[in-house]
Amino acid sequence: MAGIMIYSAKDNLALELLSAARALAATSGDEIKALTVNNDSQAQMLSAAGADVYTINSSGLVPADIGAMADSLAQAVQQMAANVVLLSSDRSGKELAGSLAQAIGAGCITDVLDLQGKDGRIECRRNALGGAAIATQYIESDRQVIAIAPKTFSAASGQGGSVTELQVSVKPSSIKVLEVKEKDKDSVNIDEADIIVAVGQGLNSKEDLAMVEELANKLGGQVACSKPVATDKKWLSEERVIGLSGKQCKPDLAILLGISGQVQFTVGIRDAKTIVAVNSDENAVINQMADYVLTADLHEVVPELISLLA
Amino acid sequence: MNLVVAMKQIPDLQQIRFSNRRPVLADVPKSFGNIDKNALEAAVLIKESYGDGKVTVVSAGNEELEDTIKEALAAGADEAFLITDDNALDDADSSIVAQVLTEAIKQLEDVDLLLFGEGSGDNYSGQMGPRVAKLLDLPMVGYASAIEIKGDTAIVVRTLEDVEEVVEVSLPAVITVQSGINEPRIPSVTQILKAGRKPKTVQDLEDLDLGSDHKNQVVTIDILAPESNRKQIKVNNASQLLDALKNENLIGG
Repeated sequence: MAGIMIYSAKDNLALELLSAARALAATSGDEIKALTVNNDSQAQMLSAAGADVYTINSSGLVPADIGAMADSLAQAVQQMAANVVLLSSDRSGKELAGSLAQAIGAGCITDVLDLQGKDGRIECRRNALGGAAIATQYIESDRQVIAIAPKTFSAASGQGGSVTELQVSVKPSSIKVLEVKEKDKDSVNIDEADIIVAVGQGLNSKEDLAMVEELANKLGGQVACSKPVATDKKWLSEERVIGLSGKQCKPDLAILLGISGQVQFTVGIRDAKTIVAVNSDENAVINQMADYVLTADLHEVVPELISLLA
Repeated sequence: MNLVVAMKQIPDLQQIRFSNRRPVLADVPKSFGNIDKNALEAAVLIKESYGDGKVTVVSAGNEELEDTIKEALAAGADEAFLITDDNALDDADSSIVAQVLTEAIKQLEDVDLLLFGEGSGDNYSGQMGPRVAKLLDLPMVGYASAIEIKGDTAIVVRTLEDVEEVVEVSLPAVITVQSGINEPRIPSVTQILKAGRKPKTVQDLEDLDLGSDHKNQVVTIDILAPESNRKQIKVNNASQLLDALKNENLIGG
């Protein structure tokens, strides 16, 4: 019998991985083992959710040293006789996936949006071609590393877990963390909003953001944007970027203002229940993926919407 | 300072058409991924601030690469080292490409710093930097939003979702960059013309010693455009739009 090992540095994502592992184990009968690294409270939490937890505690292990983390996880894989490793596809989890896969000779799929056990293999779906398409893939090698996108599974609960200590050897690190800064907290979670009002490069100036924010407030929604609005123009924080390298959002309603519809953006919003596109270009690509299309200048439409909602 | 940038040739994503939900990739021109261009720009900026050094681009792909590489040579790379094959590399998974790039990099002398984009333009899988770092047994720092060389170390700002870590890594090392790190330069006409004359080594995949065990570990069952059946209802003004949304109970009032 094979084993599934799960690991995420983040508590909420570790619980999601436990759900994913249970879904796979339900058909395969695999044993599930949860790993924690220098994190006793997470070990307690996972154990309380019913997981058999194995802990690594090593003061010499630098979490920012992805190679060293991968070496420790590789030793855990060996000791647990696991052949499937589930990681979280947040930034550090994703790079750990590549490093660990190389360390244990595994095939690897990251950013997995959906997975299921089928005919003895694990079928994974992920974006391909910059988000224009979805690839269905599986790993053929005996050892598999799969990094699952956050919020693909809900957090697990349960009871009756256990905690066991593991020993691993850690080499001295070539990486030193000099400083850890909390990011300027624009602590918005656009991926949790029911209504999103998103702006793109059609927005003329930063000052025009005020009316967009007013509209979002009136609707009880959140302001979001395409990547250039945050990274090039720096009008909004990167927390608010929708798309391939931003957030994947599934709101009930998305109002897209002055957004042309490049696939790098649309991949992050195409699962919205209802999409409204307001664009001055009647041939904008975004119109093809909208439920309601209003061909007009957003700078005129937004004030009208605000006054109609008053 | 010898800098190496690994770049991936991908189909121009804007030009891919779909037929029965399947991508039609024939005749789509090739380019490099956007974040790969950030990695190249980061290398060129380091070289420029350092005063001397060399930026070598390493890439593996089909024979179109010999043309695509001009883009990178025009944008500041000094040399290129290419591994080409008619088709084997088009379908190769990350484990194979990592091995190929590693064999190429091993042939370069005295590499101080290896730069990758944090993800390729097409698959954005993010495996290449970590895998090559492991194969070369080099330390790796990911998601760089700033890089400063200080003696025989690099000081890197590593930007994660909720924190920024300032990290010191001894060289040689692998660093993956994210798109916010810089704005890649647009080459001038003269630079584009000169690009064709810059040194370029092209090696056949067959001439690399990859050992016996190099087959894909990841199998792709299919690649399909997501199904989209949106209503595409045209409305004429703000008030019609609000009425429609109210009718669907999407907004109050």
